Amino acid sequence: MSKERKIRVLVAKPGLDGHDRGAKVVARALRDAGMEVVYTGLHQTPEQVVEAAIQEDVDVLGLSILSGAHMTLFPRVKELLEENNAGDILLIGGGIIPEEDMEELKEKGYAQALFTPGIPTDEIVEWIRNAMESKTSSA
Amino acid sequence: MFKEDKLNEIKKERQRWEEETLPKFKNRDAKFVTVSSKPIKPLYTPEDIENLDYQEDLSFPAEYPYTRGVQGNMYRGRLWTMRQFAGFGTAKQTNERYKYLLKHGQTGLSVAFDMPTIMGYDSDHPRSVGEVGRCGVAIDSLADMEVLFDGIPLEKVTTSMTINAPAAILWCMYIATAEKQGVPSTQIGGTIQNDILKEYIAQKSWIFPPKPSMRLITDIFKYACEHVPRWNTVSISGYHIREAGSTAAQELAFTLADGFAYVEAGMNAGLDVDQFAPRLSFFFNAHIDFFEEIAKYRAARRIWARKMKEKYGAKDPRSLLMRFHTQTAGCSLTAQQPENNIVRTAFEALSAVLGGTQSLHTNSMDEVLALPSEKAVRIALRTQQLIAHETGVPNTIDPLAGSYFVEALTDELEREAEEYFRRVDELGGVLEAIDQGFFQYEIADAAYRYQKEIEENERIIVGVNDFVIEEPLEVELLKIDPETEREQARHLKELRENRDNEKVQKLLAEMQEAAKGEDNLIPYILEAVKAYATEGEIIGAFKEVFGEYKEQPIF
Amino acid sequence: MNIVEGLIKGDRRALARAISLVENEDSSKNEILKGVYTHTGKAYIIGFTGSPGSGKSSLVDKLVSVIRREGLTVGIVAIDPTSPFTGGAILGDRIRMQEHTEDKDVFIRSMGTRGSLGGLSRATKDAVQLLDAFGKDIVIIETVGVGQSEVDVVKNADTTVVVLTPASGDSVQTIKAGIMEIANIFVVNKSDLPNADRTRTEINLMLDLDNKKKEWRPPIISTISLTSEGIEELWEELKKHRQFLEEGDRLAAIRRERVKREIVDYMEHIIKSRLWEKISGTTLFEKTIEKISQRDLDPISGAEKVLERVNLDNHEFPE
Repeated sequence: MSKERKIRVLVAKPGLDGHDRGAKVVARALRDAGMEVVYTGLHQTPEQVVEAAIQEDVDVLGLSILSGAHMTLFPRVKELLEENNAGDILLIGGGIIPEEDMEELKEKGYAQALFTPGIPTDEIVEWIRNAMESKTSSA
Repeated sequence: MFKEDKLNEIKKERQRWEEETLPKFKNRDAKFVTVSSKPIKPLYTPEDIENLDYQEDLSFPAEYPYTRGVQGNMYRGRLWTMRQFAGFGTAKQTNERYKYLLKHGQTGLSVAFDMPTIMGYDSDHPRSVGEVGRCGVAIDSLADMEVLFDGIPLEKVTTSMTINAPAAILWCMYIATAEKQGVPSTQIGGTIQNDILKEYIAQKSWIFPPKPSMRLITDIFKYACEHVPRWNTVSISGYHIREAGSTAAQELAFTLADGFAYVEAGMNAGLDVDQFAPRLSFFFNAHIDFFEEIAKYRAARRIWARKMKEKYGAKDPRSLLMRFHTQTAGCSLTAQQPENNIVRTAFEALSAVLGGTQSLHTNSMDEVLALPSEKAVRIALRTQQLIAHETGVPNTIDPLAGSYFVEALTDELEREAEEYFRRVDELGGVLEAIDQGFFQYEIADAAYRYQKEIEENERIIVGVNDFVIEEPLEVELLKIDPETEREQARHLKELRENRDNEKVQKLLAEMQEAAKGEDNLIPYILEAVKAYATEGEIIGAFKEVFGEYKEQPIF
Repeated sequence: MNIVEGLIKGDRRALARAISLVENEDSSKNEILKGVYTHTGKAYIIGFTGSPGSGKSSLVDKLVSVIRREGLTVGIVAIDPTSPFTGGAILGDRIRMQEHTEDKDVFIRSMGTRGSLGGLSRATKDAVQLLDAFGKDIVIIETVGVGQSEVDVVKNADTTVVVLTPASGDSVQTIKAGIMEIANIFVVNKSDLPNADRTRTEINLMLDLDNKKKEWRPPIISTISLTSEGIEELWEELKKHRQFLEEGDRLAAIRRERVKREIVDYMEHIIKSRLWEKISGTTLFEKTIEKISQRDLDPISGAEKVLERVNLDNHEFPE
């Protein structure tokens, strides 16, 4: 009797910058794609973000970072997820992140996917849907 | 502007042309709208400006309503100030960049602070981790400010500081630094952004709730009147409103609405409008839609002059004329094919010049990717120098005046702004509209619509959704050494060990007491700053009295 | 460790997962709810409702600070509307509840209204039970809007707080009568705005009109969430109402009533799904539909006919 399972995504703004245009556009696009989007608001610490992801039982955690602190914030969030036995939550992100940093973050497993400015929101929706499909089929 | 019989004739001819000639030409498949989604007609004629009154609506440069510009001879007298926003890492590194820029012909300084400084945290605060010196320079105390301007004569340069919630503190640090150089506060000049309203609306770097924030701003107005008369006490900013995704009309309307809110706050604080209004300046975005932008600047000057005179009763001409700084649109730049950004920036800069800006920052092509490299910054500055010295554009004043299209657009933007003013009034004013999320919702909506237009290919962004190439990224990027954070933390530790801590505590306590009452807080902040209290300590003391602001959940 | 055990032992992840499973009507839902039931009944449940923009989330945020000072643990279920067009939702209540995001003794869960009216009420009730079983002392339900679904949702609460503001268009008359009647406490938030007194007067007038010799007259509390003004008072009134309910067997009676509603609900639900199982796809059912569509038969008689053929009294209810 299981109904169609809703994908839950946490859109988080860790760090101190207040540039939330991208985060909000993405949140709206995910909503319009039928997902449930929990938005944390601005100026979150990694601890706050991870706690929210756990309490909200999200499938995906998206970080929007434009302040340049990505090399600190992604590893920290990933570490906290693991510590809280929540390493299965997909960690993705976007913002102003130079390509070599992106490569490094992905290589080291600190982020499953990263999206540069200008990317169509459809691509993010698609990525999440595909990732969820392969997650549930492998589970 | 035209005789009635002539106009009737034009009207008839235009109709004929639309029926007979125009249909012979097929339109290509495109939407003819501005970047703000404003529909544009195929042709503008005298009909579109039939109500324009030259004297009343345009007049002459440096004369009411200042539509054509605020200086009598505009760029024939002095070119706009080429003011490149810069700051990164430690005060020492930024100091070197400033000296480099001054050597290359820049005429004013512009300080970018890092996020911890903007949000009122010291570099060693847990919330600052990973952010120290990244988006700007890290300033924790007067000691850093002294290093930042070391060897730069503060009586000669003017300095613009992009700082808002903690503006009073950084301003006091600057005043104290000048004093140490032997320059009295009456001789220094510059600008603090100090525009908290647009923080609640768009940029979201707030600390305190609106009421105490507005009080700090009016305290600055009062203090500047007496002690720092050459200082621009607030730079009312549309830039960030636009970057957050607003339309041109929204940028214009919301910025001016904020401006009027400051005027009302100053008057309510007991100041005469002509005492502080001459020191209000503006800061606009130069987006990519060329004519819409030019019309926006012209409309802005006209609305400001009219409202200041008619509604607020300002008499000093300096209260009526709107001076503004412009920055090209960061949000128009693309991560794809970043060299294209040089071209975008050039067009945007040209619109600002044609719109009569007083100073200009041109973005570097790699800003969308990371902090700009030295070469990218130089090209950006060269773009302005090219406009100034090669294009011939500065030779005459407001060269697009009288264009049927530009004048019609100017009128239309003024009307749209008036409509927004009416709605804000209905909601009970700017603060109430912020509380109800009015601006935030309008902007979020426009931003989303724009994004959808791109994704549905209704709007072409070169290199993003058309003319795409696969290319490796070959831009030289500036990286911030993580050592910056440790170095700042070390400096802070030393500072706290070496200063008179008892005195700092006493001054902070006095300042807190004053915050509970109605005294002007600037002298208290200045004393604390001079005793080397850190920014974080001062903000922390105020938070205990004022509380902190929480955002509105608007999507 | 299975999910129920984890939840009882205080694993936040297990609690969060359990809420998702019951909200999604997962096949494990019934097992989970059965497993936790004996651990429930200890939490005190407070419902908050009021028009959008009345500042409920900020109010709850501040209230939680006061509650936490007494060492009580808190669970919050915050409900936001789901878009009827896309089925998606943006859940933004956490934005206003920042003060407790690092407090491990406060658990905040955002929920979308999703599909049906009854569904939301059921999902809320289930989430509250899970938070109760998890060991939260106080569980707060915060819902947006003033429609029927909100009334149903706050029926799960022991004490219901209705939040109003003096802002224009929010006057008492515009609030649906149903929502006013369920209030045990009124809050006039943003009471520093003009017209706050008028709002209080209007509520008082309405309470005077409706004085059917009630033992509890809802108090009206003025608050300003920004400065925490009136929040302590609100908490005191909440405690008073709780005390009032706990005197004699009022609370027990309310909860008994709730259990009755719940079991009837489940029975209806079970019967419905069994009925559906029996009739869906059968020729009888399809033919009846066809006849009714052709106007050869009316729907009432059609329903009676189908039910005559379905034996709901068979072995599935042995006792």
